[in-house]
Amino acid sequence: MKNNKVSSNPVDGLWKFFASVKLTVMLLLTLAVTSIIGTVIPQNENPAAYIHEYGQFLYRIFKLLNIFDMYHSWWFQFLIFFLTINIVVCSIERLSATWKTVFTKTPSFDIVRFKNSFKEEFFDNHSPEELKSGFLPVVSKSFGYARIEETEKGFVIFAEKGRWTRFGVYGVHLSVILLLIGGLIGSFFGFEGSVNIPEGESVKSIILRNTGKEEPLDFEIQCVDFSVSFYESGTPKEYRSKLIILENGKPVIQKEIIVNDPLRYRGINIFQSSYGNVRPEKVDLNFTNRETGMIYRKNAAIGEEIDLPEAQGKFVIREYTSSFNFRGHNLGEAFLGILTPPNGDPAELVIPINYPSFDKMRKDDLIISVESSKRRYYTGLQVTKDPGVPLVYAGFILMILGCLVAFFTSHQKICVEVVKKGGKSRVMVAGIANKNKMGMQARTQRISKLLSEKAGILKG
Amino acid sequence: MDSSNLLSITTFIYGLAAFFYIFSFVFKKPFAGRLGTWTSLAGVSGNIAGIILRWVESYRLGIGHAPLSNLYESLVFFSLVIMVIYLVIERSYSNRIIGAFTTPIAFLSMAYASLSPNISDRIQPLVPALKSNWLIAHVISCFIGYAAFAIAFGLSIMLLLKQKDEKNENPFLKVFPDFKILDELSHQMIMFGFLFLSAGIITGAVWANSAWGRYWGWDPKETWSLITWFVYATLLHARFTRGWQGKRLAYLSIIGFSAVLFTYFGVNLLPGLHSYGQ
Ligand code: HEM
Repeated sequence: MKNNKVSSNPVDGLWKFFASVKLTVMLLLTLAVTSIIGTVIPQNENPAAYIHEYGQFLYRIFKLLNIFDMYHSWWFQFLIFFLTINIVVCSIERLSATWKTVFTKTPSFDIVRFKNSFKEEFFDNHSPEELKSGFLPVVSKSFGYARIEETEKGFVIFAEKGRWTRFGVYGVHLSVILLLIGGLIGSFFGFEGSVNIPEGESVKSIILRNTGKEEPLDFEIQCVDFSVSFYESGTPKEYRSKLIILENGKPVIQKEIIVNDPLRYRGINIFQSSYGNVRPEKVDLNFTNRETGMIYRKNAAIGEEIDLPEAQGKFVIREYTSSFNFRGHNLGEAFLGILTPPNGDPAELVIPINYPSFDKMRKDDLIISVESSKRRYYTGLQVTKDPGVPLVYAGFILMILGCLVAFFTSHQKICVEVVKKGGKSRVMVAGIANKNKMGMQARTQRISKLLSEKAGILKG
Repeated sequence: MDSSNLLSITTFIYGLAAFFYIFSFVFKKPFAGRLGTWTSLAGVSGNIAGIILRWVESYRLGIGHAPLSNLYESLVFFSLVIMVIYLVIERSYSNRIIGAFTTPIAFLSMAYASLSPNISDRIQPLVPALKSNWLIAHVISCFIGYAAFAIAFGLSIMLLLKQKDEKNENPFLKVFPDFKILDELSHQMIMFGFLFLSAGIITGAVWANSAWGRYWGWDPKETWSLITWFVYATLLHARFTRGWQGKRLAYLSIIGFSAVLFTYFGVNLLPGLHSYGQ
């Protein structure tokens, strides 16, 4: 027998350790303090930046402790794991007692506890027998459960309500578990990536955020159209992409998405996140003779050398830029090219799309401008999958409901004792509650007042 | 008069109210306390009118949105909630000393919003990511939570002062509410704050999930709100362990409010992406 007890001691000890609220306090504080680290040291940057910032030595130590991705480090996960065990053990430890309190048919009342708590007393000229039938309805009106017990010199009414509110705390704790499980599911079975799709084109895979690897999709995303509108100040007001999902080349779903209103398909969410200009491959150029006004048109691919009209030399477009800065002004999209006259040195040219007369400044015979570069956008999409989200959202709802119950409701008990004193009655009203003791005092006073009023209007 | 002017005047009125409460406390003049109440009510009216006017102005500019979209607007809302919660407490506990410790916070917050050169009071158009009802719910819940914590902070300072004077001899501390009442009240504020902070973090997560497809990304602002949440969760549990009563809880509440302030102002000094509030 004794042996048995000794051998189960380590388990007991461990159980006690994990059931303690002291451990909770320590764990929560430690989580609070250590979480600061990752906000001071930028996370998931490239090693060179860290070495530059902290030097080799510190870098090695930080690396060892996984400081550069600390929220996914073994020790942080370990703290969270401990907290989880703590919550589970603590809940199991207390649940059976709570269960009995809540689901009992005949709740127990300890008159001594009532007498030691807040109470009101008054005397009345009626006998206890006369008061009994009048008092019971007053009490049971505001308490769900009420019973009356005869005593030697009178009677006692016990009443209570809100037993179920004792489950509120369990709701909060369960919600934390749901969040953790949901998060775990998301990190194992979900992904997060992005993809840029030029207008009119479609893709079958995305690039993962963490690894930079390509992730194939089971379907095709086509961007039919993209548009962006601006405020007067020039900041973007709304991005809008018209997307079609294709399965085996056949369209199955079509939706216009904007920021905050994604397309969801087969557990995968497609979010509008950015946009940009597609680098054009070909461009129609105009060459205008300054004197005659004669216009020549040529279509040029980027990097392709073309002969200039009137045997003025050769020209090649080297590069496209989505924003060209000229003396502090942003001229927007532009092509950069090189012009080689028949006998002279090559010169670098800028041909902004929106400013056709920009090249006049060069004071050459031929003015080069862009005829029509049909502007093409690409839409930047964030593509994610997270099967843990329903669980996490369930946790969110449970947490709020649990907090509401745990904080603002309570299990309240009241006791009304009536004792015969001479020809009169002495009435004692006492109330206890597991929370909000001051609120319970006020309630007890109110019941006491109601009872004395009730006694006042009794006949006899 | 535009909303910025109205809110500047409100700042002044809050300053006056705080002055009256402190004057009443220090010089034991009840009439100054009553003046404080009336001044506070005037300030609250100005504050509400300012927020509504700002809302109307944004529609006149053609960029209509709820006035809860940047640091200035959130500070203005924060002050309003502090004042309203305080006035409710004043009414239910019939004690104006608490005003000397809480209304200055509302005044400082308004003054910072109105006077700091780093905070623009211009009504700005919303970038696409901020156009979400979840964002409005997020800002409202967070700042109700922060306001409750601000009041708990004031009460905790009172608790620490009161505790120094066990024999109840100090004439200044005599007029404080009972230790028990201060303790209960600050606990209630913390529960109230914790509920709204939780709701704030949750609505923020839902918003992030609807805008970017992930509900949590460990960016500094998110992380700091979680740190704050951990601190107050610690406090709630510390009440159930012996040896963690009174003074220690008050210290935790002060640490908690410091975390709130850092989440609010400090995070912008850290490297990060949370565009909102800059
Ligand atoms: C992040 C994790 C946790 C959260 C958010 C949380 C939340 C809460 C909340 C809101 C309350 C109600 C407090 C009140 O009524 O004033 C509470 C009470 C409690 N918690 Fe936790 N808790 C967490 C972890 C834990 C853990 C790990 C334990 C394990 C020992 C624990 C044990 C308790 C106990 C014993 C109570 C008091 C229950 C009662 O009123 O009888 N909690 N918790």
